[in-house]
Amino acid sequence: MSTASVPLGVVARRQRSYYRFIMPALVVIGAVIIFPWLFTIWMSTFDWKIGTEAHFVGIANYTALASNQRFLEAVARTFYFTVLAVVAPLILGTIAALIFHRQFPFRGVLRGIFIMPMMATPVAVALVWTMMFHPQQGVLNYLLSLVGLPPSLWVYSPQWVIPSLVLVEVWHWTPLVMLIVLGGLAALPTEPYESAKLDGATEWQLFRYITLPLVAPFLLVAGVIRTIDALKAFDTIYVITSGGPGTASETINLYLYLQAFAFYNIGNASAVVVIFFFIVMALALLLLYVRQKTKWT
Amino acid sequence: MDVTVSPAVPPLRRSPFRWRRWLRKAAFAFSVVVIVSPAILVFLWMLSLSLKNEIDNIAYPPVFIPSPPTFANFVSVFEQNSMFKYFWNSVVVSGGATLIALAIGIPAGYGIARTGAHRLTVLILIARMTPALSYLIPLFAVFQFLHLNNTLTALVITHLVITVPIVVYIMAGHFETQPRELEEAAQIDGASAWGAFRYVALPLARPGIVVGFILSFIFSWNNFIFGAVLAGRETRTLPVAVYNVLTFEQLAWGPLAAAAIVVTLPVLLLTIVIQKEILTGMTAGGVKGG
Repeated sequence: MSTASVPLGVVARRQRSYYRFIMPALVVIGAVIIFPWLFTIWMSTFDWKIGTEAHFVGIANYTALASNQRFLEAVARTFYFTVLAVVAPLILGTIAALIFHRQFPFRGVLRGIFIMPMMATPVAVALVWTMMFHPQQGVLNYLLSLVGLPPSLWVYSPQWVIPSLVLVEVWHWTPLVMLIVLGGLAALPTEPYESAKLDGATEWQLFRYITLPLVAPFLLVAGVIRTIDALKAFDTIYVITSGGPGTASETINLYLYLQAFAFYNIGNASAVVVIFFFIVMALALLLLYVRQKTKWT
Repeated sequence: MDVTVSPAVPPLRRSPFRWRRWLRKAAFAFSVVVIVSPAILVFLWMLSLSLKNEIDNIAYPPVFIPSPPTFANFVSVFEQNSMFKYFWNSVVVSGGATLIALAIGIPAGYGIARTGAHRLTVLILIARMTPALSYLIPLFAVFQFLHLNNTLTALVITHLVITVPIVVYIMAGHFETQPRELEEAAQIDGASAWGAFRYVALPLARPGIVVGFILSFIFSWNNFIFGAVLAGRETRTLPVAVYNVLTFEQLAWGPLAAAAIVVTLPVLLLTIVIQKEILTGMTAGGVKGG
């Protein structure tokens, strides 16, 4: 460390001066992010529907949720959705990054096409997939029939609605994983590869023992971002199914939306937000623990 | 025991090396096609739907190539909605929120990287993790109090919830990978911390800033829920306007696909135009690996 040779007082002063860089962002984050959090916690202790008087009820909203079958199912569904929507893009995105890391004709154009889904507006994407999922006129069932598979009900089947929505999510967000991993690959040093090749390493060995450990921090970043976005997934689910059929695709976020903006049940919705927050917090700590263990700086 | 005598070296083995290389090339080309085609096919299908009349759109088996292509769907979308106004609303909201986020988020990312203030990264992460919906109720109440509801100002402020964490997160990550020796040399030569940032670190960080700008703008542009809840009839952003087309034209696929193209084409064009920038942004820092 270069700071080791500098007196401690200088280091402390330097640290302080860097905090001034952070202050403006902290103020804005305090206003638009932390204030709403506190306000939400406060509101979660009230029985309040828009248009009625608010009554302080303490933790009654929480105890009600703990035995609310519909909410608990939404939690389980969210985890199911999240696991699928994180693992699949991570694997596919890494494969895509390895492909695009190599030189081949039209690489630039093809890479541009490949990252288009993640830039596309979720509402627009959701509209197109809604039409593709249509059991009678949808193009997906036609494609299934071409390869001799029976038609699927896609998002109209309670059993297949979550995997179908994950399919949209994978299509939408695999490019983001690819970009992050590609950034990691581009930053790799060439020396380990050269010496390993001299020692006769196979391509699989190069990947397993050099590439993978070196891009692991980038995979972790991608995993963190993907987990967050999968937990929060809303637009595509809302536009395609609105939580249906029945409640078969009602994730925490959809349940939250209905409580807040369909039933105007602000107190209950705020309690859902707080619980959601703790779920997310637990996952954040888990991922940061992984980050610590891998010593990524 | 019957011993099978293997035939002499077959003529093919003369150039096994070239054969295998050809096979590997073909397999690689195939994998490129497999990984790229879902991306392009969905967009082509969207384009196809938007250029066909309703009879072709619900035909089975599907009609893939519009013949003849018609722009009637686009005309009807623009005639029945004030698309230009909604487009401008989106430009103002996303542009404003992104510029503010860059102004405060680049120094913040630098500060986090140089102090190792990872607690702040945790805060940013949790902010990113909280569902956007949960910010809406409190902010709605405040805007009501300030008489800002149904204004673009309120939407710009709300979109900071999206843009600031993205920019800070990306910039902190970028500055962490950027060597600090040059900045330290500048400081030994008498530059202040701000000077070292402004004249040494910032110019070097341009690739990271470009990435931060693009991603922040696009995520803000694509946001649906803030506009859906906070915007009035006049201040609707484009995704909200497009969703409204869905609620009015449930069964008309042509206009729906046309509206979807109107909202997403700008970001797709931006992607194509700026693709190289994203890429140099991600590769400039490192030696090209082999």
